Amino acid sequence: MNLKHLQDICATVRRDIITMIGKANSGHPGGSLSLVEILVSLYYEVMNIKPEDPQWEDRDRLVLSKGHGCPALYSVLAHRGYFEKDKLITLRKLGSILQGHPDMKKTPGIDASTGSLGQGLSVAAGMALGAKLKNKNYKIFCIIGDGEMQEGQIWEAMMASIHYKLDNLTIILDHNRLQIDGPNDAVMSLGHITERMKAFGFDVCEVDGHDIEALINTFCRPSSQGKPKFVIANTVKGKGVSFMENQVGWHGKTPNAEEVKKALIELGGEI
Amino acid sequence: MMEKAKSPRIAYGEALLELGEKDEKVVVLDADLAHATQTAMFAEKFKNRFFNVGIAEQNLMGLAAGLALSGFIPFASTFAVFGAGRAFEQIRNTICYPNSLNVKIAVTHAGITVGEDGGSHQAVEDISLMRSLPGMTVIVPCDAVETKKAVFAASKIKGPVYIRIARPVAPVITNEDDCFIPGKANVIRKGRDVTLFAAGLMVAKALEAAEILDGNGISASVINIHTIKPLDVETVLREAGSTGRAITIEEHSIIGGLGSAIAEVLIEKMPVKMKRIGINDLFGQSGTPDELLKHYGLTAEHIVSAVNEML
Ligand SMILES: Cc1ncc(C[n+]2csc(CCOP(=O)(O)OP(=O)(O)O)c2C)c(N)n1
Repeated sequence: MNLKHLQDICATVRRDIITMIGKANSGHPGGSLSLVEILVSLYYEVMNIKPEDPQWEDRDRLVLSKGHGCPALYSVLAHRGYFEKDKLITLRKLGSILQGHPDMKKTPGIDASTGSLGQGLSVAAGMALGAKLKNKNYKIFCIIGDGEMQEGQIWEAMMASIHYKLDNLTIILDHNRLQIDGPNDAVMSLGHITERMKAFGFDVCEVDGHDIEALINTFCRPSSQGKPKFVIANTVKGKGVSFMENQVGWHGKTPNAEEVKKALIELGGEI
Repeated sequence: MMEKAKSPRIAYGEALLELGEKDEKVVVLDADLAHATQTAMFAEKFKNRFFNVGIAEQNLMGLAAGLALSGFIPFASTFAVFGAGRAFEQIRNTICYPNSLNVKIAVTHAGITVGEDGGSHQAVEDISLMRSLPGMTVIVPCDAVETKKAVFAASKIKGPVYIRIARPVAPVITNEDDCFIPGKANVIRKGRDVTLFAAGLMVAKALEAAEILDGNGISASVINIHTIKPLDVETVLREAGSTGRAITIEEHSIIGGLGSAIAEVLIEKMPVKMKRIGINDLFGQSGTPDELLKHYGLTAEHIVSAVNEML
């Protein structure tokens, strides 16, 4: 692993996110920026994939259950070679392969369509169940949001993944503590999430969601026999852009031309 | 006319604010979209009568049912796709089936004019779902002014009401003093050759089409069907009968919505030439609202060519 190289990729992905959302004049910067290290770690170091063959039967799968964070995923997929990078600026435009929320019919590398929160984890658990049934060794990763955890279906899927002993499933919580109408604790508190998940029966790990090395180690460590892994990745919404960091208002707001410029400079871009 | 253009969802927020002042029984619930649905205005003014349930639409409907059973008039808001879709069975079995509970389901971001968020967020089947529920009233206001009237009228109806509200800034085509009675369609233009039945943002498109047709010597009636259920059967029969040609226009699937509702009436009571304009059994996608309306054939020009084909 070349840490510097991965960090450079993260900076590029962040610049892509800002540029894409700026060009689309809509989208979700905050919850995309918090995902960057998680996705880069997975797609560059952890997942067993063949970008030239997105449908490869034995590949590891990723379900971005918090689908609105897809600009980050699109950028990572493009840099990994799933499709041409010049497609990125077509985000959210009529006829684009890059829809406002992940669409597996249109985008090479997207393993499940998402966008309606709370549904992706069930799909990931079903894929994990399928892999076991077929005696396949591939792994399933699913990224959920902390606000998203308020959906009842998330808890139904968690119960199923414990019940069916899906140790080939890793659930990653993008724990940035914010949603749309405010902090989780103000809208609908998740309580003590670490303790709750332990009590549920997961193999729970807590990690700095922007520390690439720690993320890779956590994802690669085999989970304890018969238990799905639940990774609490502590992140910062809007990470990398000073005026967006930890700001609830940047959930679904588009930066204007001036703000795009400022953000790109902060992210080490050449203007 | 008061204002030229305004987003119906802003009018929804303002209406709640006014209604909250007048009626203490009005309570509002939202599912982490208070700033998008505009219930945030009410939330700020009446803190103790507002409940944000988090991202949990099924629980949203259940809590609203419990509040209705306690004598309140709950308005439950989220996006149309999550309200009518995700929580459909809660609406059916917890709100409608027990005793037509007094819950107002006021959803915004309906139809393809949601725009860039794409197909996952564009409800084009919600009217169909809600219309099939016994006891449910389904209102689709055509502009900001009518949205406000719909909110006030809904609060007076005893029983569940679904109000389908659009997201974008849209032309205001009705006046403050125009009559609005749920279940009573408004004839807004009288013609001889063809009758255009429209709902929601499509009423403005139908009016635009009627203007163009007028220039070509074709005279069209335009009927604003703001209430899809109960449908104003009398007006539908009279107006379709007077021209012998009916065209329905809706920002919704042609399956199960306004077009279906009118076809059901006409086929049994008075078959006339008919055409349904809407989303042709497809999902939406990302794009600007105007691009999408054009792509799916929901423009005045498209209505005009449908009329020309029929004549
Ligand atoms: C079922 C459903 N309800 C509501 C929404 C609208 N919505 C989009 S993002 C969001 C907040 C998500 O919060 P969180 O999961 O914490 O994501 P993050 O803060 O990481 O962006 C909401 C309510 C949705 N997409 N799906």
